[in-house]
Amino acid sequence: MNDALDVAVRLLLVFAAFLVLPLVVGQTEHKVMAHMQGRLGPMYAGGFHGWAQLVADGVKFAQKEDVVPKDADRRVFQLAPAVALLPYLLVLVAIPVGPGDGAVGALVDAGIFFVLAVMGVGVLGSLMAGWASANKFSLLGGLRTAAQLLAYELPMLLAAASVAMAAGTVSLTGVLDAFAWWWVPWQIVGALVFFVAGLAELQRPPFDMPVADSEIIFGAYTEYTGLRFALFLLAEYAGIVVLCGLTTVLFLGGWHGPWGADGLGWLWTLLKTAVLAFVVIWLRVSYPRLREDQLQKLAWTTLVPLALAQIALTGIVKVAIS
Amino acid sequence: MREPTVIAADYFDTYSVVGLLAVVGVLFVAVAFGAGRLLRPVVPTPEKLLTYECGVDPVGEGWAHTQVRYYVYAFLYVIFAVDSIFLFPWATVFAAPGYGATTLVEMFVFLGFLAVGLLYAYKKGVLAWT
Repeated sequence: MNDALDVAVRLLLVFAAFLVLPLVVGQTEHKVMAHMQGRLGPMYAGGFHGWAQLVADGVKFAQKEDVVPKDADRRVFQLAPAVALLPYLLVLVAIPVGPGDGAVGALVDAGIFFVLAVMGVGVLGSLMAGWASANKFSLLGGLRTAAQLLAYELPMLLAAASVAMAAGTVSLTGVLDAFAWWWVPWQIVGALVFFVAGLAELQRPPFDMPVADSEIIFGAYTEYTGLRFALFLLAEYAGIVVLCGLTTVLFLGGWHGPWGADGLGWLWTLLKTAVLAFVVIWLRVSYPRLREDQLQKLAWTTLVPLALAQIALTGIVKVAIS
Repeated sequence: MREPTVIAADYFDTYSVVGLLAVVGVLFVAVAFGAGRLLRPVVPTPEKLLTYECGVDPVGEGWAHTQVRYYVYAFLYVIFAVDSIFLFPWATVFAAPGYGATTLVEMFVFLGFLAVGLLYAYKKGVLAWT
């Protein structure tokens, strides 16, 4: 295929996934939460079980007035949603969905490194929003976001390093090429640490201290309305897609499946990602919010030691079998 | 086993798609903001531009004093994160033929340092909310 065309198709696919998958997760969240709580959820927009609810929400957001408070740091305030959102788009390009070189947006050689580094940038958007809003509650939310990032980035790094050790490479496609089924029990502790730490970085319940709505209004996003607020929401759901996709690729074997790995590899990736996204929603319905000090304690006294133990285990097994 | 020499320009070629996607993303945000500007009403009033604090008029300055209770964590994080970055290059070679047991011992030395550091911080009470 023509090179330019090839690149264009890849960009288009990644961009389409970036726009569609978060909406699918969002709509699923509406419905799953509703049914877990004995409600129906959205039923009207679009006719069939309210499938177009988020589209309608989007139209509403685009029509709302964009208020920038008088005291706010205007430019930083306006740019923050873009900074929060775009890193997740860039991470999507590096996630392989199927076997072979064709099934990934770009073959990023230092994949694990790249995705962790770029995902870290997303939190900057919340910090910018928290600081630039000139609102006490936003500032508190921003500071809590910072604390959460500091606490949970580390176990995430360590858990990912464990996979890199197991595979002997930092390329995401390389990790999948080296994968064998017994990696799942071998890396299960790392997988849990990675997933929990990722949830915390996305500020999803039960780790939604930075946006605790009953306490500090809506944290760093208090002053946002309309399109900019919608972009923050989109960033959260894109974050869920990215986190679940990464957990799938790093710990659950991505496109490997019991059967049909050749033709249907992408389906396995999507299926595993979807199951994890369901778990994310499930956790939101099931657990109350952690208090700020409990949150920090969980990271430093549980997740970091667990991740270090996983690295030790990975190292011993890897050297023993090679 | 020697890797074939990689020319830097070729290596960064793989990032060109990433760069293009970044451009697409920036365009997306620009178009969204531009379209939003055309679609939405602009009716500012002094009350609307006031800082929002639960509906009552804001008290004092927007940037308030707050005690950053976890600044020690920040130091800990920087130390640990910089350490763990070095795990990645090491991870790709540690089990290669000719390393094996030696690198494994090195790993335990490294983990030992981290664990002692963490334990020290714990004993000092740094990890508790003050």
